[in-house]
Amino acid sequence: MRGAEERMSTRIAYFPGCSLEGTAQEYNLSLQAIAPKLGLELEELEDWNCCGSTAAHTLNHKLAVSLPARILALAERGGYSSLVAPCAACSHRLLATRMALANNAGLRKEVQDIIEMPYKGTVEVKNILQVLMELGPDKIAAACSRKMTGLRIASYYGCLLVRPPKVVQFDDPEAPQSMDTIIKALGGTPVEWGFKTECCGGGFSMSRTDMVCKMTRDILDNAAFEGAEAFAVACPMCQSNLDLRQLNVNQRYGTAFKLPALYITQWIGLCMGLPARDLGLGGNYVDTGDAVAKAFAVPPEKKPPALSAAGAAVKA
Amino acid sequence: MARIGVFICHCGENIGRTVDCAAVAAAAAKFPGVVHAADYRYMCSDPGQNLIRQAIKEKKLTGVVVAACSPRMHEPTFRRATAESGVNPFLCEMANIREHCSWVHEDRPEATRKAIDLVRVIVEKVKRNLPLLPVKVPITRRALVIGGGIAGIQAALDIANGGHEVILVEKDPSVGGHMAQLSETFPTLDCSQCILTPRMVEVAQHPRIKLYAYSEVDSVKGFIGNFEVSIRRKATSVNNTLCTGCGACQQACPAKKIPSEFNRGLGTRTAIYSPFPQAIPNKPVIDQANCARYKDAAKRGIPPAESKVCGLCQKKCPIQPKPAVDFTLCKDTFVTEKVGAIVVATGFDVLPPKEFGEYGYGKYADMIDSLQFERLASASGPTQGAMKRPSDGKEPKEIVFIQCVGSRDNARGCPYCSKICCMYTAKHTMLYRHKVHDGKATVFYMDVRAAGKNYDEFWRRAVEEDGAQYLRGRVSKVYKRGDKLVVKGVDTLSGELVEIRADMVVLATAAVAQPGAEQLAQRLNIAYDMYKYYSEAHPKLRPVETNTAGVFLAGACQAPKDIPDAVAQASAAASKVQGLFSSQELERDPTIAHVNEALCAACWYCVDVCPYSAIEKKEIKDKKGNLIRMVASVNEGVCQGCGLCAATCRSKSVELDGFKDEQVYAEIVAL
Repeated sequence: MRGAEERMSTRIAYFPGCSLEGTAQEYNLSLQAIAPKLGLELEELEDWNCCGSTAAHTLNHKLAVSLPARILALAERGGYSSLVAPCAACSHRLLATRMALANNAGLRKEVQDIIEMPYKGTVEVKNILQVLMELGPDKIAAACSRKMTGLRIASYYGCLLVRPPKVVQFDDPEAPQSMDTIIKALGGTPVEWGFKTECCGGGFSMSRTDMVCKMTRDILDNAAFEGAEAFAVACPMCQSNLDLRQLNVNQRYGTAFKLPALYITQWIGLCMGLPARDLGLGGNYVDTGDAVAKAFAVPPEKKPPALSAAGAAVKA
Repeated sequence: MARIGVFICHCGENIGRTVDCAAVAAAAAKFPGVVHAADYRYMCSDPGQNLIRQAIKEKKLTGVVVAACSPRMHEPTFRRATAESGVNPFLCEMANIREHCSWVHEDRPEATRKAIDLVRVIVEKVKRNLPLLPVKVPITRRALVIGGGIAGIQAALDIANGGHEVILVEKDPSVGGHMAQLSETFPTLDCSQCILTPRMVEVAQHPRIKLYAYSEVDSVKGFIGNFEVSIRRKATSVNNTLCTGCGACQQACPAKKIPSEFNRGLGTRTAIYSPFPQAIPNKPVIDQANCARYKDAAKRGIPPAESKVCGLCQKKCPIQPKPAVDFTLCKDTFVTEKVGAIVVATGFDVLPPKEFGEYGYGKYADMIDSLQFERLASASGPTQGAMKRPSDGKEPKEIVFIQCVGSRDNARGCPYCSKICCMYTAKHTMLYRHKVHDGKATVFYMDVRAAGKNYDEFWRRAVEEDGAQYLRGRVSKVYKRGDKLVVKGVDTLSGELVEIRADMVVLATAAVAQPGAEQLAQRLNIAYDMYKYYSEAHPKLRPVETNTAGVFLAGACQAPKDIPDAVAQASAAASKVQGLFSSQELERDPTIAHVNEALCAACWYCVDVCPYSAIEKKEIKDKKGNLIRMVASVNEGVCQGCGLCAATCRSKSVELDGFKDEQVYAEIVAL
């Protein structure tokens, strides 16, 4: 039995990046919780460094490619063929670096000197959605113990998960579907809405809160109008703006949005019947209790203890 | 003893800038056999040609070398000048010192040296040239026109009215093309059907036009003056000699929900159908993929005539006891036609808007493309011309038109301007405002390109008299909110973001080549550009000819075109065809291959490589008629002089006139 499991599992280098250790701890928690059940063997890279994110590539091109190159070189050294970076900014920087180095032998040499490591470009970079879509919605559903009962969930991809198309080469850059198909497989009702890839304001959350509030308001407004009851996200920045800034939006615009934004990994974990605290559900600013309770409102034959625990934990 | 004259052209500055033409002439004057060398600014002009004529007379030249541009354009010019002075034109040759020298080099002394080499090579060749006489071939004075849109119709009528027979092949069940789908036409707003349908009738009734509707060109053999075309006649399941076009079968057909191609999916049709009531020929065809009888027959592997499923069309056909609907006519048939010239008028298609995720086409019923809008506005359309939007049939009070959807967009693979969209969008706003007086029409545009007679006035009229609002900018996104489509764009003139809640959005999608354009080009052996539009022989001076002699272009298969341009080009192509047909015989380039039968080893390698099937196996018999051996033999009428056989022949028994081994070796030695 164990042997079979081992054969099924896929060894992937795991690069959490800074956000999954900070504001997006629940993304990390929930991913770690569901990975074994999906046969994903995530092995955190040793001695990983910052991807450089927006800060590096707006200031210094060499730094912006050297930081991610070192991460990829570490994965190469570890013998991995693929690497998963759950944060959309991280995966974007890693992908852009991979592309820049593949197309420029001179830069490749220079970067290898900078990071003092060999770099071949053999490691494939994936975001969570890609990894999940490669498993397939059916396999994910099969690993779950219960299905949602039609909660209307708006999948929000933001700007970087599927764009720029030439770099990411995944899903439709303007009308993505991957997260929606997973939500559907989990028993949720994917909401057809117009703001799937609209910008949330990203990193301007701190410096231009006013602007981010307006952009987030528009996103919340469209989702609510189309009848969404919650979000599914796969980017820490998106989650933070939709969730944390939702409170500011309500204050600023006198609205009463109550749309919890859960990571896709959290939705999967809930369907696997995992306890809410293992999925980091308590970390949300917008109350998740009602949405989660409604998601599984018609109790399955054998009511798993996880649901009551989740409801209780959040309500308390 | 050879007496060669060398003439160096400056080509304005094209050659003179990098090549010292006087130095080339001076060097050439010293080549053995050269008795005259001169340079001139424009050798192709009349004074330039006179230099050649004069020198031939005065110096008694036996050969002429013109060092100038590529022979493609002006070899005929200089050969004509040579012939006029009484020297066989094939004793005149060109040395290409422009494309092969001045245009590709920067260093003047080096380029001059190379030009001298190029001239020396051709001088050595011309010394060994022999006079050649043109080959005469009879012309089949019938034309094939491929495509029954307005361009094809115009070309067919012009040629037929000129007194020649025309075969018109149309792939759809009716002629008419895209023009039949249009409501009104710019810049006059006259009804498309009213000006087109009489032409369609004329085609059908013309005694010299043979129309093959629902047919496609399957293969083309032969050459100018003598093409043999095989035409696939798609199975219609209807006997056209019996059918009266009454339409009873279409009313009887229970498969009523098939999206109508003619209405671009906004209406439906039946499985037995003719695309629209004014169709020519007005005979229905059975769409086998959607017919219950055919589906049953295919499933059970029996002929459709033996299936008992449905057959209502046949039962309701008033022609009895032998109905016009005939399920034994279920297989495509082929006919072969001999023609002397071919006009390609296969038209265009529009880019499928499903490529535009940011606009959500396909997701929103009220987002349509411009051709669908034409159907909505057309009196023969699904709404009889009433402005009703597809989702709920309500009258749209605000429409947003988005131009350049795909056109001028590198990311979508169409960096070119589709040419017609600015004008038809202006027309759409007018048609809309004439029907919905309180309606609001907003157009997002990049530039308005209204170059044409009365065109600029037309779109200004849309703005000034019919109140269309033009916003210069792009649309980033369209999304649905309730029953409205929210259009987010930018007005770059005021620098403001714009959000419009529209009832309907119309996309002016790019014009693209017909699907299958590539395959047809390969059958016809004509060139096409990277967007699969067919290439004209010269972008300015030979706009309706292709590089394959005898094949001409008309209409939007060459590039996006509006109706006046398509019709003008069709008439131009027709006049080219009539020019060709004005003589009984055609003079052909005598550069053809000959087999030295004494040397031929009958290995048949030449037969295998000949792309024109011009080489036959010939029997050599003794006086008593006994077969001695077999040899290769070239059919002079078919040979195109490509030289593959000469290069392939192992025993050197095939030689190309004008390019004999001796001449080519002399060129190599001269280098």
